[in-house]
Amino acid sequence: MSRPADTPIDAATEAERLLRICAACMYCDGYCAVFPAIAGKHGFPRADIEHLAHLCHNCRGCWYACQYAPPHPFAVNLPRTLAEVRQESFARHVRPRWLAGAFARNGRVAVAVVSAVTLAALALVLIAVPPEILFGVHTSGGAFYRVVPWGVMTAAAGLSFAWAVVAVAAATVAFWRTIGPRAPLRIVLRALPAALADIVTLRNLGGGGHGCNDTGEKLSGERRASHHVLVAGFALTVLSTVSAALLHHVTGAPAPYPIVSLPVLAGTLGGVLMLVGIAGLAAIETRADREPAAPAEIRMNIVLLALLAATAASGLAVLGLRATAAMGLALTLHLGVVVGTFLVLPATKMLHAPFRAAALLRAAIDRLIAPPRRSGGE
Amino acid sequence: MRLPALCPGCGHMTAGAPLSEIDVLVAGGAAAGLCAAIAARRAGATVHLVESAPRALRGGNTRHARNFRIAHDGPAPWVPDAYPADAFLNDLLRVTEHATDDPVARRLIDGSADLPGFLIDNGVALQPTSRGVLPYSRRTAFLLGGGKAMINALFATAVQLGVGVSYDTALAGLHVEPGHCTAELRRDGSLTRITARAVVVATGGDQADRAALRRQLGDAADTVVVRGTPHADGSGLRLLLAAGAAAAGTPGLGHLVPVDARGPAVDGGIVTRITGIPYGVVVDQHGRRVADERADLRRTHYAQWGPRIAACPEGRAALVLDHDGLSRAAPTALPPVSAPTLAGLAAALAIDPAGLDATVRDVNATAEARGGRPIRVPPFAGYPLVAGITFLHHGVAVDAAMRVRLRTGGIADRLLAAGGIMAATVLRRGYLAGLGVTLAAVSGRIAGEEAARVATR
Repeated sequence: MSRPADTPIDAATEAERLLRICAACMYCDGYCAVFPAIAGKHGFPRADIEHLAHLCHNCRGCWYACQYAPPHPFAVNLPRTLAEVRQESFARHVRPRWLAGAFARNGRVAVAVVSAVTLAALALVLIAVPPEILFGVHTSGGAFYRVVPWGVMTAAAGLSFAWAVVAVAAATVAFWRTIGPRAPLRIVLRALPAALADIVTLRNLGGGGHGCNDTGEKLSGERRASHHVLVAGFALTVLSTVSAALLHHVTGAPAPYPIVSLPVLAGTLGGVLMLVGIAGLAAIETRADREPAAPAEIRMNIVLLALLAATAASGLAVLGLRATAAMGLALTLHLGVVVGTFLVLPATKMLHAPFRAAALLRAAIDRLIAPPRRSGGE
Repeated sequence: MRLPALCPGCGHMTAGAPLSEIDVLVAGGAAAGLCAAIAARRAGATVHLVESAPRALRGGNTRHARNFRIAHDGPAPWVPDAYPADAFLNDLLRVTEHATDDPVARRLIDGSADLPGFLIDNGVALQPTSRGVLPYSRRTAFLLGGGKAMINALFATAVQLGVGVSYDTALAGLHVEPGHCTAELRRDGSLTRITARAVVVATGGDQADRAALRRQLGDAADTVVVRGTPHADGSGLRLLLAAGAAAAGTPGLGHLVPVDARGPAVDGGIVTRITGIPYGVVVDQHGRRVADERADLRRTHYAQWGPRIAACPEGRAALVLDHDGLSRAAPTALPPVSAPTLAGLAAALAIDPAGLDATVRDVNATAEARGGRPIRVPPFAGYPLVAGITFLHHGVAVDAAMRVRLRTGGIADRLLAAGGIMAATVLRRGYLAGLGVTLAAVSGRIAGEEAARVATR
């Protein structure tokens, strides 16, 4: 009946036990997409459990509302159990497969790779670039490329970015093969707008309109707001990069660009917003009640936040120091961090974004194919 | 002997009113007690609430609640259409066969109209009908996240308003004196005396007390499981009766429903309830059919099956379904016992196989002849059943201000009762979905306001 105290039990088996209890109860169906997705279900194949694990946004409303949480003998802790399933699921779908080992130790691997790449970049510049250039004050167009040649910079950033995109995409495809419903394309397309709305608005971090239990019993919208700020900042840095590339190739004007230009304004605002969002999310991680969380997931969250913070902070440093003698080193440092981050990204929590998007798409498809059964009260 | 005063700064309490002397003492930390404490505090009284359960299990049977019945004249985000107060009263009269106290029932039903607003103002989230997968229900509003979420919100509000709260603390003695009441509180075996100008007793019924169950239900009590909190031990009810309160209700009656015999002995709540009876056949341990499973298909059929199962040999029965029947039944917390043959299922459920076989043949023959649901497609599934008690139909009588009526015919104006302990005033028999929380919250609110009025007069 309850979770055996001292026998190790795999997370999916425990999730199945809990989801049965949840499907019989359904009191939490207003909180998020997980509960409507289990309405009327008698059994939970592994693929469904993985789908539900990624559909869960770790809002924790259900933990505080659960009358079957410990010390009740049913010992229901759905957020933690689904977080444990997520960990296993990420590890199983990481591509290329040999990255699974890196995923299991993604903190140490991230630190090692980012430091190694950054130190190597610094060493290369120190050796290859004459000190008067590296430590000179450059203000004219093309200043950055005097320190790191354009070809080297684009190749390093471009290749590492391509690696990240291909590996994350391959992992996502593998995950979709695990959970994807057999639905005609017509249905998938019809489900897309609802899924996109859920992805963009983070509706499932809204706790049914009253907020989530981000840190404890009190409801708040902190995590949703911080996540929005982080994503907006990230989007602005992408805009900055794309607009810089356009300026470079279309108008032929090489970086650095004036303060009042799209690349600089978007990049600055983006970097600042990212840091604000990261600070908010990190503060929640440190204050949050540990009971409904999986320790491995907390570590993974911190690693990704640290990588993004290092990327954003070093980017802002380039901007702040670009008219000084420190520009060369700041630029190299930023480039090292960016390349290192891209290299480890496929083995980090970054996977949560496409996996959750896929889970939301499947939920939207399921809602069209088999609308959830209505459930009653007492 | 002089008892030590409670210390306001003790670890198990939240800061609140000074404790040896307060305006209003509330016993019970479920919907009734919390609404009473909040209403009394908002009316200006100093209030302390004692809850016999530990913090993690606070909230009585409200922990297991989902929805509550409200009178309303038009749609709202949390409830469609309309359910006039007269219709509510008619439903109550129907299920109780007119065994109710009319003025009190009317007062509570009128109060139900304001209940959503009161709960929302005090931090409770109601579930909009547009969210989740709620069934259509014009009679009841649903709590977002259910009863425990409501309890969490009300405790937070009470504490914020300055209500003192003590967990693991039971009302152990009660003396009505001119101008005030004296109460004894027990925590960890030690007693503390407290003087209050009014006391609201909202400690629930006595359905979790085995001795009380035995008195009410006889031998059947031994196998009955308690669906709700183990803290509804009747101590508050006994104190009120000892203080001269008039009893209300129907001895020997209770709301019993079929539950999974493999569930916990207490606190199983909604998830161990077995609702798939119309899709299968219910047999006792000899394999004999207990009653026609499809004679009554209204939602109220559960309440008829509880007593039937309690009356079976050893208070046990089993629901047997075939593959088709199981697919129609609602999901259950514990997976059914399953077997490829009826004989195998009978063995797994400890039912006489020959008896089960004969019953199923009979059911299938009838199904063929007159239409119905045969038990034919393997694999077969079964649930061992016992009766689960939700509440007993007895308690104390109150007037429309929730003041306790005395056996001598008078009224105790500083002694109030709210929730399950007085529910039998209006519900002497029968059952209505969502009535429990409504009775509790509305009676609690009225009791709190009345307690504050008499205490600060």
